[in-house]
Amino acid sequence: MNRRKKLSTAGGFALVLSLAIAGNASAMHIMEGYLPGGFCVAWGVLCLPFLGAGLRAMRNALKENRRVLPLLAMAGAFIFVISSLKIPSVTGSCSHMTGTGLGALLFGPGAVSVLGVIVLLFQALLLAHGGLTTLGANTFSMAVAGPFAAYGIYRLCQKGGVNRRLSVFLAAAFGDLFTYCVTALQLALAHHTDVSFGGAFLKFLAVFAPTQIPLAVIEGILTVLILAALETYAKPELRAAGFIKED
Amino acid sequence: MKKGTVIALLAAVILLAFIPLFLLKDAEFGGSDDAGSAVVEEVDSQYEAWASPILETILGGELPGEVESMLFCVQTGIGVGIVAFFMGRFVERKKQGKGE
Repeated sequence: MNRRKKLSTAGGFALVLSLAIAGNASAMHIMEGYLPGGFCVAWGVLCLPFLGAGLRAMRNALKENRRVLPLLAMAGAFIFVISSLKIPSVTGSCSHMTGTGLGALLFGPGAVSVLGVIVLLFQALLLAHGGLTTLGANTFSMAVAGPFAAYGIYRLCQKGGVNRRLSVFLAAAFGDLFTYCVTALQLALAHHTDVSFGGAFLKFLAVFAPTQIPLAVIEGILTVLILAALETYAKPELRAAGFIKED
Repeated sequence: MKKGTVIALLAAVILLAFIPLFLLKDAEFGGSDDAGSAVVEEVDSQYEAWASPILETILGGELPGEVESMLFCVQTGIGVGIVAFFMGRFVERKKQGKGE
């Protein structure tokens, strides 16, 4: 890569970040108090094994090679940035992306669960966004289901011989979309007294999914871009994390 | 990745993010969680939210919009700071010919 290309990649990166600061409105996640107590506890308990496994996976990755620490920090920071941006969508409402795909591809879905909880706690405590009672449910959708979907899709694509950039795009985009499908499912499970469960699910899905589709595409593109930048500048770290093979 | 590809992808991101704003001039662009809460009322009319955000409980009211946007900016800022710091180190390292 010549000097100009390098500069343009770095410049593009800066542009993404500055663009990222422009968003503003209200956003997503199940709001405080919007799930009955039993559901809050159940989703929370369901998340615990994933968080435990995530902490172990993170510790092992760091013990194996300290070199991956900057990547881990960047994956967490990427979630911070991406999930703070509420972007207008074609449906006339705003939503935000999850940013969990990057970490899932680099460190596996478990590690992202831990990173995701940090972000969700930040938003629930300081931003009245999401909530402490719904933390379990939101953790499950954003920090467990989404990353696992992203990781699974990436693995499948790699097995199927899909080009790596396209695999990254598909994984990040569908992981993002899947998070919101799970949110719709969680809401429908708790709230369907007036209509059938299926009807409620479709209604919630109709609120979240169409809004999320363009955002999922954006998340896919941004994840591809940041990974391309890392492939250019941080090959040793990516190798240490096992994302690219030794050559 | 080729320079042209990077620029094209960035342009696509900008277009995707901003076209709805210009296309739907009458839309309010409220949050989809507010829309979600409206659906809860529709499909489960008896349901009453039983908790309110801890910060709002402490403040005894809603978080002022300006302060909320400030806190969102803090979140963005923390993230951007970390990403840019490490990315800067990586770029500089490569420039000096260390680490491939």
